[in-house]
Amino acid sequence: MESPSARVDEELQSWGGPENPGQLPGRLGSSEYDQSRVVEKGRPKWGKPLQFLLVCVSYAVGLGNVWRFPYLCQMYGGGSFLVPYIILFIVEGMPLLYLELAVGQRMRQGSIGAWRTISPYLSGVGIASLVVSFLVSVYYNVINTWTTWYLFHSFQDPLPWSVCPLNGNRTGYDEECERASSTQYFWYRKTLNISPSIQENGGVQWGPALCLTLAWLMVYLCILRGTESTGKVVYFTSSMPYFVLIIYLIQGLTLHGATNGLIYMFTPKMEQLINPKTWINAATQIFFSLGLGCGGLIAFASYNEPSTNCQKHAVIVSIVTSTTAIFASIVTFSIYGFKATFNYENCLNRVILLLTNSFDLEDGFLTVNNLEEVKDYLASTYPSKYNDVFPHIRNCSLESELNTAVQGTGLAFIVFTEAIKNMYVPQLWSVLYFFMLLTMGMGSMLGNTVAILTPLTDSKAISSYLPREAISGLVCLINCAIGMVFTMESGNYWFDIFNDYAATLSLLLIVLMETIAVCYVYGLKRFGSDLEAMTGRTLNWYWKSMWAFVSPLLIIGLFIFYLSDYIITGTLQYQAWDATQGHVVTKDYPTYALAVIGLLVASSTICIPLVALGTFFMCHFKSRANFPMA
Amino acid sequence: MVAFAMRKVPNRETTEISHVLLCNVTQRVSFWFVVTDPSKNHTLPAAEVQSAIRMNRNRINNAFFLDDHTLEFLKIPSTLAPPTDPSVPVWIIVFGVIFCIVIVAIALLVLSGIRQRRRNNKRSPGLEDAEDKCENIITIENGVPCDPLDTKGGHVNDGFLAEDERLTPL
Repeated sequence: MESPSARVDEELQSWGGPENPGQLPGRLGSSEYDQSRVVEKGRPKWGKPLQFLLVCVSYAVGLGNVWRFPYLCQMYGGGSFLVPYIILFIVEGMPLLYLELAVGQRMRQGSIGAWRTISPYLSGVGIASLVVSFLVSVYYNVINTWTTWYLFHSFQDPLPWSVCPLNGNRTGYDEECERASSTQYFWYRKTLNISPSIQENGGVQWGPALCLTLAWLMVYLCILRGTESTGKVVYFTSSMPYFVLIIYLIQGLTLHGATNGLIYMFTPKMEQLINPKTWINAATQIFFSLGLGCGGLIAFASYNEPSTNCQKHAVIVSIVTSTTAIFASIVTFSIYGFKATFNYENCLNRVILLLTNSFDLEDGFLTVNNLEEVKDYLASTYPSKYNDVFPHIRNCSLESELNTAVQGTGLAFIVFTEAIKNMYVPQLWSVLYFFMLLTMGMGSMLGNTVAILTPLTDSKAISSYLPREAISGLVCLINCAIGMVFTMESGNYWFDIFNDYAATLSLLLIVLMETIAVCYVYGLKRFGSDLEAMTGRTLNWYWKSMWAFVSPLLIIGLFIFYLSDYIITGTLQYQAWDATQGHVVTKDYPTYALAVIGLLVASSTICIPLVALGTFFMCHFKSRANFPMA
Repeated sequence: MVAFAMRKVPNRETTEISHVLLCNVTQRVSFWFVVTDPSKNHTLPAAEVQSAIRMNRNRINNAFFLDDHTLEFLKIPSTLAPPTDPSVPVWIIVFGVIFCIVIVAIALLVLSGIRQRRRNNKRSPGLEDAEDKCENIITIENGVPCDPLDTKGGHVNDGFLAEDERLTPL
């Protein structure tokens, strides 16, 4: 086997490989044996088992828990969304997480090495993981860039997104800001300086570019020393978000109107349970929020002691991730409720002011309670005047305010900032909130970067030339340079492309291949006995059945659904910001953007069949060379 | 107040209170007013009155302890206060501080790593290292490293290989 870092053991019956079909699998020559033992001994480890647990938690608990789960909860039935969520969590989330951790801990290598050990034909799975991790890390750190941008801007009074800038002659506010809102204006104009469509590239914005550089420097600082530094950093990045969430929970629940939000969001709408989209979205959320398939979990587990009880860790990490999501959605909904109530009361006050002015009523005569009666009275007593005023009276509705369901960057940077600016001492809440987002994002970035670095440092070819610090620095530099694309004026549109298409299909395929590889190529019995020898625990019937049947079927179902969705939708569209109207409009992607999308999906998925074919041909030629036809 | 405002306008210094006429006074403290020219006995154009009021808006507001929201002059847009703009934006200062801290930390770590590696190379040029803080000391017997195994329970004696695994099957 060309990979001398494969661990040799009595229990390991590693695949002999098609290169040497005659040799009994498992035993290397003595020189390779020494070399493998020594290289094996050089593998770094986590300082404490707690560090491993925290690094997994920090990786899995990411921004998706904060800004996607509340949206899904709201859209798909409120409290009743928890039912499919918990069911699929037990059936899909925990088993797949355990599988990845077990593979990593067993094979003691990064993603490429681990899958090559299982079967050289399947090392393409590892390479696909590497490619996906690379693509994800390129665009994910841009979120951290925006978070740092908002964080640095939070140290001002008043907050820059709470007031609109003035127009030319100082008689009113800037037009774009008037049509949209001040938070939207700050996001679209001051932060992104977004262009009207993806074709207009604009230049690189120096402000976000600086923040991107800083974000990558921070990532480099954390991964510089490998597990030694990462293990210490995760104490902070995993605990800080909870600290802030608790503070926000206390504040959120005491805000005026928070209960409105909580009641509205959590009221179960049972009819959504029948909707297939509910189940699909629950499955997707669990799948992607745990970070499966990127190779990060395999890399983390590979630094474990082989006797670590990764089953316990898998269960703990998945439970922690899901409870964090629910916890974060409680906080989010209470803040939503506050914001909606605030806007609703403002709207009512404006109506009261309008009526008081138009009909010259006594100040204080009109209140919220008697508004409807007085409106009827006025309509009957002064019908003509009322008809003049009527078009200007907005129908204020608390429900419609609560119904603004947003996800993703819109939630964090537009809706939440709007709620924060109305709180007491908004600077403090803003700093806390963006600091929390930053630590969560950094935790996930660490996982992504470790997923890229572990296969690179495992490979003898690269690590013999360059020290670990140089490889890390090079990876960060390349990512930062490519990431500058996202700081251009059209950068957000490219970000959406990467966010929607870089990882979704590929990860599903990768994890499917992983389960098939472990259960059917390597052999479930063999893997089970390996784990038993390693950790001392037998594999439960539950894990076996999930790995062998249920999870692969679920993934195939998700995969088919996504493919059919893409095919049925036809041409892909995106949301572009229209400055003249002050809201987003839908546009079609140009052909070159579609080509980039295709390239993104293909670059990772095609690794699997390509490498399998390549390995097949290589061994075919080698065996023919070894046994030439007479 | 209106007369005072009008007096500030050039050529109108002689405006008196009696030149300001009120009409349409309602219970809710709103009224229409016009300013008459003392000598020519006609009302002044609205634009002139508006500009005068605009210039003195602050004093009028202060006299009644009101502000632009509570005392409204119809058709006179209020001049909004521009946001305070510090010479150096605050965010750049914060950015600079964090940036310097991170650069210094990276430099420290990289330098200490290089120093450690140089020390390793000097100390044991030939031996494979056990310098990673996480590994145990490798004891050597007869030139064969006897590493403590990672699995639980027992050490494998390298001298004993299972006989059957040596032989390749037929």
